[in-house]
Amino acid sequence: MSSATETAALELRREHEATEKTVFGFWVYLMTDCVLFASLFAVYAVIHGNTYGGPSGKDIFKLPYVLIETFALLASSFTCGLAMLSMQRHAKKQVLFWLGVTFLLGVSFLCLELNEFHHLVADGNSWRQSGFLSSYFTLVGTHGLHITFGLIWMAIMAGYVWKRGLTDTVRKRLMLLSLFWHFLDVIWIFIFTIVYLYGSLGL
Amino acid sequence: MSQKPLVSEHDEQHLSYGKYTGGFLASVALTFCAYWVATHVGGDRNVLAGILALLAVTQFIVQMVLFLHIGEERGPRWKLAAAAFMLGVVLILVVGSIWIMNNLNYRMTPQQIIRYMQSQDNL
Repeated sequence: MSSATETAALELRREHEATEKTVFGFWVYLMTDCVLFASLFAVYAVIHGNTYGGPSGKDIFKLPYVLIETFALLASSFTCGLAMLSMQRHAKKQVLFWLGVTFLLGVSFLCLELNEFHHLVADGNSWRQSGFLSSYFTLVGTHGLHITFGLIWMAIMAGYVWKRGLTDTVRKRLMLLSLFWHFLDVIWIFIFTIVYLYGSLGL
Repeated sequence: MSQKPLVSEHDEQHLSYGKYTGGFLASVALTFCAYWVATHVGGDRNVLAGILALLAVTQFIVQMVLFLHIGEERGPRWKLAAAAFMLGVVLILVVGSIWIMNNLNYRMTPQQIIRYMQSQDNL
């Protein structure tokens, strides 16, 4: 092995280590974000019984609708993984395709959620109504806000892939984006179970 | 020797089609199970809540391992350590809040609550 290739190999290793550090840093951010969601879950758990004479979760949640929402988000998490697999194979067009599918599924999820919120508010069940509804809108809305920022980020990244191709920097950022997106689906498991399913049981 | 093997050796080596598909199918199945338990199974609500919690935790582990690739890193497992610490903080935060607030609720007599509400109305 010539010294030139050795230097190149060393360079690669350094780059790889820098990427690992960035990914770990982002991972730590995700874990702190978990703590944010945990606080909101704790608030919801404590005051979701305080309906102030208004409706409880059993009265206002439409489970089949939420199930469709859940599958839209779950499918988008899966297609995001497929985009990462295409990235590994350096297939730029496939990355763009799967990012597009993920984006559309994410937008569908967001639209379904906003439509749900709209109907709740239109029926007079806004966040001002009771402690239960305040904590419900804060918890689910914070998740929705994360999804919104994820979608904006995804659109920007699709632009980068389109313009610059799968350069090392673009690949690193795509990895972070996929972590973020999978993480949001993990949070949704608990929103689906604790808010919607427990709510429908009247717990 | 070209650079190619070095790149693939140090690249995102954990990604595979099977893991994502498996994770997706398992998550769909677990979500359906949870939905079915909540809508079609009768019985003690606390038992149902326990089953639902178990299904959620199972799906959490499935997605953490198959989508977020936790525990697959070599060398010191910093990601796993950060996740374990997060779980500890989350448990203390959530369980602690519920415990304290329930206890507070339990220890507050109805008279105290009425007096408190009246004092709030005066504001």
